[in-house]
Amino acid sequence: MATAAAHGHGSDKNYLNESSGLWSWLTTLDHKRIGIMYFVTVLTFFLIGGVMAILIRLELMSPGQTIMTADTYNQVMTYHGTIMVFMVIIPGIPAILGNFFLPLHIGAKDVAFPKLNLLSWYFLMAGALLAFSTLLTHKVDTGWTFYTPYSIKTGTSATTMVLAAFIMGMSSILTGLNFIATVHKLRAPGMTMYRIPLFVWAIYSTAILQVLATPVLAITLLLLSVERVFGVGIFDPALGGDPVLFQHFFWFYSHPAVYIMILPAMGIVSELITTFSRKVIFGYTAIAYSSLGIAGVSFFVWGHHMFVSGQSETAGIVFSFITMLVGVPTAIKMFNWIATMYKGSIQMQSPMLFALGFLFLFAIGGVTGIMLAVIPLDVHFHDTYFVVAHFHYVMVGGTLMAIMGGFYYWFPKMFGKMYNEITARLSFVFIFIGFNVTFFPQFILGSMGMPRRYFDYIPAYHSLNAISTVGSWLITVGFLIALYTIINGLTKGEKAPMNPWGAKTLEWTTSSPPPHFNFDVEPVITGGPYEYR
Amino acid sequence: MMWFNFAQAQSFMPTEGTKIATQVDNLYEFLLVVSLISCVILIGGMVFFVWKYRRKTNNDKTAYITHNTFLEFLWSFIPLVIFLGVFAWGWLLYHDMRTMPKDALEVNVFAKQWAWEFEYKSGVKTGNFFVVPVNKDVKLIMASNDVIHSFYIPSFRIKQDVVPGRYSALWFNANKLGEFHVFCAEYCGTQHSGMLATLKVVPQAEYEAWLEEESKVGTLPLAKRGEKLFAVKACASCHSVADASTKVGPSLWKKYGTKEHIEGMSDVDVDENYVRESILSPNAKIVKGFPKGVMPTFQGQLNETELNALIEYIKTLK
Repeated sequence: MATAAAHGHGSDKNYLNESSGLWSWLTTLDHKRIGIMYFVTVLTFFLIGGVMAILIRLELMSPGQTIMTADTYNQVMTYHGTIMVFMVIIPGIPAILGNFFLPLHIGAKDVAFPKLNLLSWYFLMAGALLAFSTLLTHKVDTGWTFYTPYSIKTGTSATTMVLAAFIMGMSSILTGLNFIATVHKLRAPGMTMYRIPLFVWAIYSTAILQVLATPVLAITLLLLSVERVFGVGIFDPALGGDPVLFQHFFWFYSHPAVYIMILPAMGIVSELITTFSRKVIFGYTAIAYSSLGIAGVSFFVWGHHMFVSGQSETAGIVFSFITMLVGVPTAIKMFNWIATMYKGSIQMQSPMLFALGFLFLFAIGGVTGIMLAVIPLDVHFHDTYFVVAHFHYVMVGGTLMAIMGGFYYWFPKMFGKMYNEITARLSFVFIFIGFNVTFFPQFILGSMGMPRRYFDYIPAYHSLNAISTVGSWLITVGFLIALYTIINGLTKGEKAPMNPWGAKTLEWTTSSPPPHFNFDVEPVITGGPYEYR
Repeated sequence: MMWFNFAQAQSFMPTEGTKIATQVDNLYEFLLVVSLISCVILIGGMVFFVWKYRRKTNNDKTAYITHNTFLEFLWSFIPLVIFLGVFAWGWLLYHDMRTMPKDALEVNVFAKQWAWEFEYKSGVKTGNFFVVPVNKDVKLIMASNDVIHSFYIPSFRIKQDVVPGRYSALWFNANKLGEFHVFCAEYCGTQHSGMLATLKVVPQAEYEAWLEEESKVGTLPLAKRGEKLFAVKACASCHSVADASTKVGPSLWKKYGTKEHIEGMSDVDVDENYVRESILSPNAKIVKGFPKGVMPTFQGQLNETELNALIEYIKTLK
């Protein structure tokens, strides 16, 4: 061990150049390399889903048919949703940054089950290929929610798409399982549960959701396939089934899934704010337990997607009540982050800009979430652009801002190079402004009553839709600048130091990029993760 | 309440057509103001701290504050009280929205891909258009036989899914005269965004006169009845009648008496038999260039007279 450590310091060996060739990547069991593989694939899916988003906005720029037919629009809308949810946001943070940094954060050599980890990536790839294969046959037009009986009656490849989501769900379950075992079993000596960074708490809470909720989606999608292929009546009333049952099943997964998407983002934001304020996090325990609290309560709120579906008045009221309870731990986190900045030493580097952008957008996403939880308002807003704006503020404004911030933050550690700070800030400015220009008008459109998934709309909605489309171009420019920043950093970036931000968590105590087994000497932990004294 | 008025100017909600709509808006405006204050506190606090505690030197020492139980209690408890308050307000209002009035004027609503049909107790049927008297409780009893639709009148702040295999219901009491949009809010396929209807709210006397006029349809000439039926069944959502433009299906303008190219078959004459077959089993002969399985069958929904009326009407499209 001692000789290995000496050797590690002496050479430039790291996880990237430890072995080479495509095959060494495709068969790697190194959590860091698997994280990078997820990064490449998820980025590709994001670009495809992003092109779909631009097409949607172009079509909606003016009423009537603008660039595509109604059927094409419905397909583009479906692929945008499916790709972004199942292939980008759900695997996004846990599979890329979680994979890379969870073992580093707890001082482990790898995750608990490295082979399972690789298998998860192959499951995602298999599911994704199956999903994209439907583009070559009858393109799916059900929306990402696959509501019955439309998804049973439609003459498109819905069965294939549903099986693809099923396989990608397997990937999510295995990743979650792996992370739970890793957190429990592989913490370095002295790394108690109250010394793990908040990012790990967030990923851990997410993993519990992934393991418990995703099987329900799997069962639901399997039942849907059985109904479509064999004509067994489960959800289709024509066969004696109940279409609303599908919605219950679907949202029993998909509501917790919303937290699978946002909890890891909250974890990143906790890291960013403490690092760039150079200050201990305010209320570590409160943030850690509010993650678990959100994860727990999230299983009992699915009915708030169904206030107008015909569920009983009592059910609606109970779901509205429990939904209000989710608001409390979320508010606690917001206050804690802001309190962390109090009397700090705040540096406005690009990762911090994204973290502050997150707080801004998530505040708006949060208060509109409360509005949607109040039933009479939801009756008006349900299935309108108000909902579209709300979940984009949370999913894109929240998760995507955090992913960008986290990515810039850890870029020096992942690749051992620095990126251009100026273009990184520029990408933030375009994404942040573009995001608000795109989605804020959609709150107003929703208030005015414009339903979602509309290919065409009445003239009253024209000007706000046009503004929203222009916003989508600004976001596009922002992401192109971000892509340039990444490529430029990878090819021409200066060599990164071990700890460019002066952060206190463990990953910054090893070289950039880290060696194959993460630490030359197994770390021994004697204090909390944010000891800025 | 000055600040409520201010909020209303910013809220962009559609015209309030019922008392319920006004009550919903009051709740919305309250939440809007509370949300605005919360955002100002959160974002304002954030911006202030970012400016006040900006990094001055690279060796800044920061305070080591791990938590503050009293503060943490406050910012958990205050939001909880607000959340429970708006929850209770919402509950009371929702209860009113879901309590069906007795002795209401009942109208049956039938949703299908992609049109709304309305049927009154007197037997009068209309398509994508219906009329109700002002200041009268109206109850809609809704059904669908294909996929889920959702009946939505933005001005009344009401929405309810129309689910195949069961009835769902809505009620309203319009207190403003005029025409209001009805949207389909649950995604239902190709023409989802074209599944619109208009509600006209008129004084009681005018409503009665309209109902009387509509019930005379049975005595009209066959082609006129066909024209009415064409509107009721919303055939025009997919077939144009005034020009050769293509909507979802082929145009019917100047179609009668011509030859049609059929997918995988020889050409057919557009005569009484072909039109009849196309209504009752639409997938039997698909016109070249159009997808199969889009048009629903009208088997069992039209009697012989109605079929004849439609054929007569299509003959007149010149």
